[in-house]
Amino acid sequence: MGVAIRAEGLVKRYGSVVALDGMSLQVEEATVLGLLGPNGAGKTTAVRVLTTLLDPDSGTAEVAGFDVRRHPDEVRRRIGLSGQYAAIDEYLTGRENLQMVGRLYHLGKAHSRERAAELLERFDLVDAGDRIAKTYSGGMRRRLDLAASLVASPPVLFLDEPTTGLDPRSRLGMWDVISGLVRDGTTVLLTTQYLEEADRLADTIAVVDHGRVIASGTADELKSQVGGDRLDLVVTAGSPLETAAAVLSAICGVAPTVDQHSRRLLGPVAGGAGTLIEAIRLLDEAGVGIDDLALRRPSLDDVFLSLTGHHSEDETVAPTSRRQRRQAERSTS
Amino acid sequence: MTLLAPEKVSSRLSHAVNDSLVLTMRHLRHIPRIPELLVFSIVQPIMFVLLFAFVFGGAIQVAGGGYRSYLMAGIFAQTVAFNGASTGVGLAEDMAKGLIDRFRSLPMARSAVLAGRTLSDLLRTVLILIVMSVCGLAVGWRTHTSALSITGGFLLLLLFGFAMSWIGAWIGLIVPSTEVANTAGFIWLFPLTFMSNAFVPIQTMPSWLQTVVAWNPISATVQAVRTAFGNTGVAPTRGFWPLEHAAVVSVGWSIVLIVGFGVLAVRRYRTASSR
Repeated sequence: MGVAIRAEGLVKRYGSVVALDGMSLQVEEATVLGLLGPNGAGKTTAVRVLTTLLDPDSGTAEVAGFDVRRHPDEVRRRIGLSGQYAAIDEYLTGRENLQMVGRLYHLGKAHSRERAAELLERFDLVDAGDRIAKTYSGGMRRRLDLAASLVASPPVLFLDEPTTGLDPRSRLGMWDVISGLVRDGTTVLLTTQYLEEADRLADTIAVVDHGRVIASGTADELKSQVGGDRLDLVVTAGSPLETAAAVLSAICGVAPTVDQHSRRLLGPVAGGAGTLIEAIRLLDEAGVGIDDLALRRPSLDDVFLSLTGHHSEDETVAPTSRRQRRQAERSTS
Repeated sequence: MTLLAPEKVSSRLSHAVNDSLVLTMRHLRHIPRIPELLVFSIVQPIMFVLLFAFVFGGAIQVAGGGYRSYLMAGIFAQTVAFNGASTGVGLAEDMAKGLIDRFRSLPMARSAVLAGRTLSDLLRTVLILIVMSVCGLAVGWRTHTSALSITGGFLLLLLFGFAMSWIGAWIGLIVPSTEVANTAGFIWLFPLTFMSNAFVPIQTMPSWLQTVVAWNPISATVQAVRTAFGNTGVAPTRGFWPLEHAAVVSVGWSIVLIVGFGVLAVRRYRTASSR
């Protein structure tokens, strides 16, 4: 199996803000890499470099066997990009949008028309195909945008937050479509802020923070990196948290984390279900009222927290507007 | 890298033409679907014709007296110049919507998005000039030359409009948002069009200003178009070289602007980013 995307030491600065700080990653053919990180972590910048939209300050990247800087047109022939915003022409119909993209990939008139019809069918847009895209719902626009990125059947697909802003039903639909593409052999790099999405779609996850990949592996590998299972206890109102904490300390060997507000305690455990039974017995003996007690595997949020020291939803400061970036650029030049 | 095989050059060229035409079609499809845009870009010059003909017309004296004849070439030039600015607004909008990102990620010619837009804006300008001519004829404007000469006058206007479109394209790509494109694209056109011979005879201005006005590309264009339409009896060139060779100077200005801003705009497009 070959490598479809390879990036080494990508650096991109906007003035004093470092958007990419030596990012390296690799995606095997016909697999999905999930680039997971908070806003401003550098996910979109990485996608922009890999799709030839942005020149990195240093570092190299190869997509579908071609260097993005030396052979950008060869790369463009082999990739599809679907961004955070549905990049479609609102005053063209869905069909016209797809045909236009086909013509711009130089597929020829007849073939472009065929592809447009196929994709409308596949993305359940046949009925809306001859209406201008302005009349489409958010989910339909996203589907049309994804369809546009697939016109030339590219072997490598970049999806920048493909489900951000979609309702749960549209999101599930999008996940099915993406899974289908990968089954057909497409390599996908997708960025997401949603742990659930990465968990569900990605073969490999690269956790990104401050412009760098800070951990990568399968979801299970990342979770085991954080440690084993955890005992998750919610104490009944009125029961002393201190007593509960003391009991958990005895079981886990270390002091559990205590959230006073939700009356929740978390502690790492080595044993399996037996530990759960022991915990119930000891807590009962100590007179601690139990609202909820569970043994759970660490979530990707736990992974994120243990790797970065902050939750995945925390926003970090980054220049997001064109003006800010430009000002930053100017201040360096 | 610098030496390309001839067949590669020709395939590149045919791609560039194909891509530009595909995008020209895109914009032409827009015209009937956003009728408001066409209506307002026609209403504005008509409004100017009427305002100048009836409100200012009485106050502005031109030798020979036919201010409405004098005025039309000026209004034509102003209109094609303002149409250039709308090229920029359209590009800024494509940028804000992420369409430029999509186009830049496709294996298409780097000049096509700009060429497609400036070409379709040129065709829109043709439509607007036709409507304005009818309006001009209605308020008493007449031509006094051969059909060939009149055609030449309109071609000069279109070439100049195309040049202004490339300036607009460049502005549309350097501004941070559609809103800014809307003001930045137009504001400089007021001094440009008013500091010219478009609306008032040049001899009424202070002499230092006359020199500036004479070298304004709008003035050369207006002067050349007036000559082509036979509306000049009343517009002396006062010994200014660019006005005495107005047609050549107008074409020269247009070519310089198209090449200069074409290069600037395409260079900007290569690194344009949507956000």
